[in-house]
Amino acid sequence: MAEFKEGLHYTRDHEWLSNEGRVGITDYAQDSLGDVVFVELPAVDTKVKAGDAVGVIESVKSVSDLYSPAAGTIVRVNQALGEKPELINQDPYGEGWIFELQDAAPKDLLSYKEYQKEVEGD
Amino acid sequence: MRNTPLTQWHRQHQAKMMEFGGFLMPIEYAVGILQEHARVRSDLGMFDVSHMGEFSVTGRRSGEFLDQVVTNQPSILAIGQALYTPMCYPDGGTVDDLLVYRLDQTRFMVVVNAGNIQKDWQWLTGVAQEWDGVILADDSDSTGLIALQGPKAESLLKPLVENCDLGRLQYYHAAPALINGATVLVSRTGYTGEDGFELYLPKETTLPVWETLFASGARPVGLGARDTLRLEARLPLYDHELSRDITPLEAGLGFSIKWDKGDFLGRQALWEQKSKGLTRKIVGLRLDGGIARPGYPVMSPQDQNVVGQVTSGTKSPTLGYAIALALVDIAYATVGATLLVEIRGRKFPATVVKTPFYKRATKN
Repeated sequence: MAEFKEGLHYTRDHEWLSNEGRVGITDYAQDSLGDVVFVELPAVDTKVKAGDAVGVIESVKSVSDLYSPAAGTIVRVNQALGEKPELINQDPYGEGWIFELQDAAPKDLLSYKEYQKEVEGD
Repeated sequence: MRNTPLTQWHRQHQAKMMEFGGFLMPIEYAVGILQEHARVRSDLGMFDVSHMGEFSVTGRRSGEFLDQVVTNQPSILAIGQALYTPMCYPDGGTVDDLLVYRLDQTRFMVVVNAGNIQKDWQWLTGVAQEWDGVILADDSDSTGLIALQGPKAESLLKPLVENCDLGRLQYYHAAPALINGATVLVSRTGYTGEDGFELYLPKETTLPVWETLFASGARPVGLGARDTLRLEARLPLYDHELSRDITPLEAGLGFSIKWDKGDFLGRQALWEQKSKGLTRKIVGLRLDGGIARPGYPVMSPQDQNVVGQVTSGTKSPTLGYAIALALVDIAYATVGATLLVEIRGRKFPATVVKTPFYKRATKN
């Protein structure tokens, strides 16, 4: 059973955005991917639009794009994922965060309830 | 999409299911590919590979027929012995790669890849039309196949097997046996680079035997780990390292071509390729910057021209770095050479390395 976290904003592509601008992928997403073995992080100081492909997450068997859930500027990335990409599997809403947006402008994102419905409805 | 006798079991055990070769198959279970992979290397794991196809070839000329359609030489097998062999088109391209078992003087079993069952059947029956004394049957639907692989496979299986001395069953040999009263052909073969067994059995007894193995402590492993295990051991996968357009010579399988047995399909084309010298071949690569995946271009570091393509690639769970197989121009196929692999528009250095990437420590 996938875990959902209250207080976060979600995309239909299974990313989450916190009120502080942190971005990661959801528990449902990490479970679907399987063991994450490589993360290509975005460059710091990049201005992005919502839906931009900003990075890549590779599991043993697949390569998936990572999209920015909102417009903003990438000000920080989770360097720990270089050595320990498995943090995304172990703690997708915590230690497994991927990057941080400044001046994030969340638009048309799903609430925790809406996202849960989206995932469990399918 | 087709099921195996174990599809229901996989679903009940939280497997992630995906289509493979026309079958709905388990890719991984809850513990994930990395743990499943590690388990097979250090202990053991069991795989449902019932999607593989089994043909029987019988008749007084069955050995002779097989010598004609495959590159290796099944006719010289002893009863109970198995053989790996490519099967080629007249132009040297590969129809499929197979295991051939001699079950009796005039009876063979041919094991084919799931995705090629139909194609191989048409190919073999087409060739057989010109032959008297050869009877083909497709037993794929009535046959289950369980692979039990890993250093502890023998000790787990031994107490469960009757009428067969497992300890004396040699590599690439098979013998009939009983497991819980069910008739099984036990074969000391596999696709992981570890010691282990493949159990051919009627589809009706596949589930009970699987459950017996599970009750004895064997844990299931999906096709995801099967792929990483075979890649570390540099075992070819059809449509990756071998295909309609890749000959066994290019795939590094020259050992499985028997030039002296007389004529066979593909012989002339393969011989010409060998005499002229290969223009490209499959090599092993090691990368440290990123993970090479099938289809990624391989380039020369001097002029950045494309000199090949990745055929399989992953991050090796055992070794901890990215490994790949690639089909490259012969001028670049030298161990120690540095090439470039383009990964999402960026070029990463890749070193040509000796294969297999992983080799188990052998007993004694």
